[in-house]
Amino acid sequence: MTLPRRAHPRPLDIRHGRVDLSHGGGGRAMAQLVDELFVAAFDNEALNQRNDQAAFDVAGGRMVMTTDGYVIHPLFFPGGDIGSLAVHGTVNDVAMAGAVPLSLSAGFIIEEGFPLADLKRIVDSMAQASKEAGVPVVTGDTKVVERGKGDGVFITTAGIGMVPPGVSISGDRARPGDAILVSGTMGDHGVAVMSRREGLEFETDLLSDSAALHGLVAAMVAVAPGIRVLRDPTRGGLAATLNEIAVQSATGMVIRESAVPVKDAVRGACELLGLDPLYVANEGKLICICAEPDADAVLAAMRAHPLGRDAARIGHCGADDHHFVRMETAMGGMRVVDWLAGEQLPRIC
Amino acid sequence: MKYVDEFRDGGVAKGLARAVAAEADPARAYHLMEFCGGHTHAISRYGLEDLLPANIRMVHGPGCPVCVLPVGRIDAAIWLARRPEVTLCTYGDLMRVPGSKSMSLIKAKAEGCDVRMVHSTLDALKLAQARPDRQVVFFAIGFETTTPPTAVALKQARALGLANFSVFCNHVLTPSAIAHILDSPEVRLLGTVKLDGFIGPAHVSTVIGSAPYEYFAEEYAKPVVIAGFEPLDVMQAILMLVRQVNQGRHQVENEFSRAVTRDGNAKAKALVAEVFELRKAFEWRGLGLVPYSGLRIKQPFAAWDAERRWPVPDDSVADHKACECGAILRGVKKPVDCKLFGTVCTPENPMGSCMVSAEGACAAHWTYGRFRDAGTQSLTLPSPGAGSAPLLPGYPP
Repeated sequence: MTLPRRAHPRPLDIRHGRVDLSHGGGGRAMAQLVDELFVAAFDNEALNQRNDQAAFDVAGGRMVMTTDGYVIHPLFFPGGDIGSLAVHGTVNDVAMAGAVPLSLSAGFIIEEGFPLADLKRIVDSMAQASKEAGVPVVTGDTKVVERGKGDGVFITTAGIGMVPPGVSISGDRARPGDAILVSGTMGDHGVAVMSRREGLEFETDLLSDSAALHGLVAAMVAVAPGIRVLRDPTRGGLAATLNEIAVQSATGMVIRESAVPVKDAVRGACELLGLDPLYVANEGKLICICAEPDADAVLAAMRAHPLGRDAARIGHCGADDHHFVRMETAMGGMRVVDWLAGEQLPRIC
Repeated sequence: MKYVDEFRDGGVAKGLARAVAAEADPARAYHLMEFCGGHTHAISRYGLEDLLPANIRMVHGPGCPVCVLPVGRIDAAIWLARRPEVTLCTYGDLMRVPGSKSMSLIKAKAEGCDVRMVHSTLDALKLAQARPDRQVVFFAIGFETTTPPTAVALKQARALGLANFSVFCNHVLTPSAIAHILDSPEVRLLGTVKLDGFIGPAHVSTVIGSAPYEYFAEEYAKPVVIAGFEPLDVMQAILMLVRQVNQGRHQVENEFSRAVTRDGNAKAKALVAEVFELRKAFEWRGLGLVPYSGLRIKQPFAAWDAERRWPVPDDSVADHKACECGAILRGVKKPVDCKLFGTVCTPENPMGSCMVSAEGACAAHWTYGRFRDAGTQSLTLPSPGAGSAPLLPGYPP
């Protein structure tokens, strides 16, 4: 049989449909909402790059801009909080173009009745993260909504940065034969957050990996300016991110299960909760795709950086009209690593 | 990860694969049905079919509780969720199962119904205690594995005198479904579905034990090997089945001896017997009405039975005309034989139940195995240590 190659077999049902939680899950349902509603409406060249940031020429160079909303629950989790996350996530989206992040904006939507002490804790953490990253929050906005119309606090940050000359990193540049690397263990953030979710609480020493990755990216770009793709595997995890890149670049990919670094604590928690670490979110890790001759140097540069100590090569790209991401299992079999089909994962970013 | 890695060892798997290949008679075919969705999932997720010789065919059975729930019961759950006083609690898998008119619980939730995903019956019980203003209904589904926890919830609700808690009971029984398949005309009369043996349920058997399968092995002359859900369990069970077939034996063997005994879990069985009784018949998607295959809540617990508290509709609703879930659940067809598979029916927009749960035959094949149908370029990793290794240095051995 031939498989259909359309990404979305049935169009969005605009007349009768409603937004449900799967539209925010980072899987194919969300991709469809973005494709058929947002991209269709805003259609322009920069948006159509389909990256987590847009790059465009300005006088004096190439600029990138990105924005991201943070609705994580709980607000405070092991290894971070919504404030530090709102800085790291947006800095990372800028950095994944190989760009140097310059400044951030922050918009707060706060629910009536939210304790000021919690708000201060969040803002202080945000300030600390921005100071450590060296990327200041230069403008902002504050809105308060009635009790019951929000969930404590939502934060939206935007970031801008400049791309160094000679660097051109984008999700559509992966080519057959390229190496696929990851900067460390997968799933730490998602599992750390879930361990504090109401109804799910479990004991773990695991911390979120939430971190700003622009320093790591700078070290990688320094040894290999020709890096093709960088992306942080947040919602939907490694699996969703590889599938996005495979579609954007029109390639196939094959990874080896035993090569993907996953902490034992994460594997254990996933085993218990019936999750697959490949689909669990990260906030301080990146995927790098580079030409095979660059792979060793990039891997060495990653491992030399504190945020890339556990970096590993996990597979490579290949020609495949269906853009499948496949995995050789630890058993020696082969399987597809598919998009997430709108699983009900908690709000993790 | 201790006690898990031991059962996912790639080296041992290859050894078992060699043993299966050596013992399987090339002159014949082996049609082995894994009853449980858990086994279907393991086979697909670990790519076990790649390790088996071509003459061993795994036939996926109906043992996925989400898949066999008929459309009418989903509609009934949505009917309950739409009552303004009701908070419906459900296991996550059920949220996206399509009912009539492509309605589902997740869509009902988006419409404003109070639908909550819970991880255990006790979460629902806690919710009822915390929200005395709400009627909390637990949407209970599953085989013998999930039935005892529902019994516990009902007993606790009675002990607490919790008036705002009830259970919408859809629990079903494994042995009746196996008997139904073995009695079906395709297997018994027409021989269109060949079944040479069964991989018996893992978790279900921890509760009911291995004894209930002895009847099938004897009456229908089919070997049964009860197996755990880890990939090595499945490989070992296949080897044991091949041996039984070759030797002309049809016995119940227990590969999952680390968890399953002949008599099962006496306490769990007693709990179930105290709280539930057999329904005369229950509708299964794909199998139709199966006699004495479902459970309902006994009279002493009637006050906590959602079907007695509300006039819950009990209509039989037909599946989508082109949907082959029924035939797939009976092993008559394969997912790729269905016209809807991968065209309009995908895990994002499931038309049939086999596409919803990760344990469903269609979802498992779509999610993990569909590259086999695509006829695309072969794309493999070099084997470590082989001649091609220098191409991709840096892989762990």
